[in-house]
Amino acid sequence: MNMKLIVSPAPHAHSGDSVRRNMLLVILALLPAYAVSVAAFGWGAIITTAISIVACVGFEWLIAKFILKQQPTIGDCSAILTGLLLAFNLPCNLPWWIVVIGALVAIGVGKMTFGGLGQNPFNPALVGRVFLLISFPVQMTTWPRPLGFHTQYIDAATGATPLAALKQIVKAGDSSLVSQLPSLWDSFIGMMGGSLGEVCALALLLGGLLLIFTRVITWHIPVSILATMAIFAWISTPEGLCGHQYICYTLLTGGAMLGAFFMATDYVTSPMTSWGKVIFGIGIGLIVMIIRTWGAYPEGMSFAILIMNACVPLLNKIRPKRFGEITK
Amino acid sequence: MSTFRIGGVHPHDNKVYSAHQPITACPLPKNAIIPLVQHIGAPAQPIVEKGDKVRVGQLIAKAGGFVSANVHAPFSGIITKIDTFVDGWGMRTPAIFMDVEGDLWDDTIDRTPDIVHEFMLDPKEIIDRITAAGIVGLGGACFPTHVKLLPPPGKTAEVLVVNGVECEPYLTCDHQLMLEHSEEIVIGIQILMRALGIKRAIIGIEKNKPDAIAKMQALCSRLLGIQVLPLDLKYPQGGEKQLIDACIGRQVPSGALPIEVGAVVDNVATVYAVYEAVQKRKPLISRVMTVTGKSVAQPGNYEVRFGTPLTDVVALAGGIPEDTGKIISGGLLMGRAMNNIDMPANKRVSGLLFMSENESRRVEPENCIRCAKCVSACPMGLEPYLLSRQSELQLWDEMEAHAVMDCIECGCCQFTCPSHRPLLDYVRMGKAKVGGIIRARQAAAK
Repeated sequence: MNMKLIVSPAPHAHSGDSVRRNMLLVILALLPAYAVSVAAFGWGAIITTAISIVACVGFEWLIAKFILKQQPTIGDCSAILTGLLLAFNLPCNLPWWIVVIGALVAIGVGKMTFGGLGQNPFNPALVGRVFLLISFPVQMTTWPRPLGFHTQYIDAATGATPLAALKQIVKAGDSSLVSQLPSLWDSFIGMMGGSLGEVCALALLLGGLLLIFTRVITWHIPVSILATMAIFAWISTPEGLCGHQYICYTLLTGGAMLGAFFMATDYVTSPMTSWGKVIFGIGIGLIVMIIRTWGAYPEGMSFAILIMNACVPLLNKIRPKRFGEITK
Repeated sequence: MSTFRIGGVHPHDNKVYSAHQPITACPLPKNAIIPLVQHIGAPAQPIVEKGDKVRVGQLIAKAGGFVSANVHAPFSGIITKIDTFVDGWGMRTPAIFMDVEGDLWDDTIDRTPDIVHEFMLDPKEIIDRITAAGIVGLGGACFPTHVKLLPPPGKTAEVLVVNGVECEPYLTCDHQLMLEHSEEIVIGIQILMRALGIKRAIIGIEKNKPDAIAKMQALCSRLLGIQVLPLDLKYPQGGEKQLIDACIGRQVPSGALPIEVGAVVDNVATVYAVYEAVQKRKPLISRVMTVTGKSVAQPGNYEVRFGTPLTDVVALAGGIPEDTGKIISGGLLMGRAMNNIDMPANKRVSGLLFMSENESRRVEPENCIRCAKCVSACPMGLEPYLLSRQSELQLWDEMEAHAVMDCIECGCCQFTCPSHRPLLDYVRMGKAKVGGIIRARQAAAK
């Protein structure tokens, strides 16, 4: 037999899954929420997102090529996703140069410092966002109102987010502010102030379910985060609101949905086992609610996820149930 | 629930190419090489010499120990030499070479086509006949069957689990055997139940073989204690531990044998061989193997006598396809890629799978993105991402602590990895190393 054969160890088949496919599915799952953002904030949403994505991909390419001197891996689409997620966490009227700084910190400090995809301990987009929040507190908390599609980028009308009002109600016990809250329906479909991509809970929920059905993520992290937040809210409902209202506002406003389905479930920075994921989610839920209730910031999703990111190596000590340990 | 409880993957089964192809006997070759190692354990010891004339079914090599198996002449002819040959993986293997003269059978063997239903033998006689016939597990591991039928002291068998799962993609030989020889298989099961002194047997068959399930169910409906269990599709359901879990809901503990939970597992092809050995006094000299692949001209199921050159079997299936890039002995997920097929058929080769050049190449691996898909896919509940990293860093103690020895090398982790990382390559390497360390430690302790 005169034939050159390929000899390699088993298995000789592959599922066909790839890093790129997973990243593209997450991007796809984010598109409904993005569509709502464009409808609500207009050009601001488009420009901020475009700057963020271009800057993230560009920085990754530059750093890989000239600093790390390795083959750039922008083809896996993870930088596009980081850029999109970073933009989702920014107000849509943020000056362009602040977005670029955010992208540099997200990709440069958050990801490439550790050696690129798969090596970073913290969610890169959140590293970028938190850096901006601390460095540019005014710009980062000036929220444009969702006025429907419009073409202004910078000087859009701004206003408080529902979470800021909620904070006053909870902290100062000022129940007169309840009237300032958007209706529950408005907060479900996204007619409220907030970061670019976080406003429409409905669209984010749809995207999240898509990710669970396509098995990109499992239910453990989102469900445990949202359940913990709901239970916490139910126990600590302030005067002037009834329990279910407060639970709904807790879950529908701020970064709850975006964080639970898209930020906390980042593969690289979340635990490996089911139990690890559940504890990770409970931890995030608790920290968010503690910050929202007693902390200085109205929202704490970014901080909660980053703090729990730091616990992941510890949570990975929880090992899966081995075969033979189920005795019945 | 009708599948195993932890992990597993769903590869495309690709059985359509050779499914329902009737079992065709492969013609006798001119020369044959009969390997002395066709099983796990000690090599068989030849009892013939150059120039001896042998008949089909005559014992030509005796088991070299308790865990070993007899080898019989698959053809009649003259022994030309006892030497070694290089197998499909480049390993030098001892074998008996013979010139085939014809098909003259040993007188003791019943060659009539009648199915023999009655059996009067006591368990010891049954096991003796199985031992004499050189029967090994035909599911792939080739563990001598008589060893499983003699549980160690203190352990008792309660249930016989018959493996008709055939979870490997492409392979259809067990399926076809169940269709063509279902009656014999059911008799074989009863014989094994008698040998083990048990009253219960479960035949596990995956639901992608509805005709085999129906056929076996029809035969077993009148029999007490034998149950056919249709199983949901999931790889590696044919793995011994996974099958026991799926069939009787018990998990064999780490490092233990199935007998620990009262189970004995045998493949349908093995059960058929038991029937032939006990009822027809025919030793194990042939098996059914699947020759298949997307470009194979006549994919099918062939009955091949051991010693027949694999090239003859391939010729029967239409020759080696033009676009072949890889030839696999066994299944797609656990089979071994060969560097040539100039070797004889043996008890171990359950299939020949031809993959095109495109299907054969691996994709360049990327960084691990810690997606945990390998952890959810592992049917043993291990952490393949961690074991593979530990193996790269040569952390053998850590690997042992993380139960690397439990790995069944099914390949689910590598199959599922979106970064195309060679997880099992590393785990397998580490497992071999850790196994060596454990054996050395045990030897030192003695």
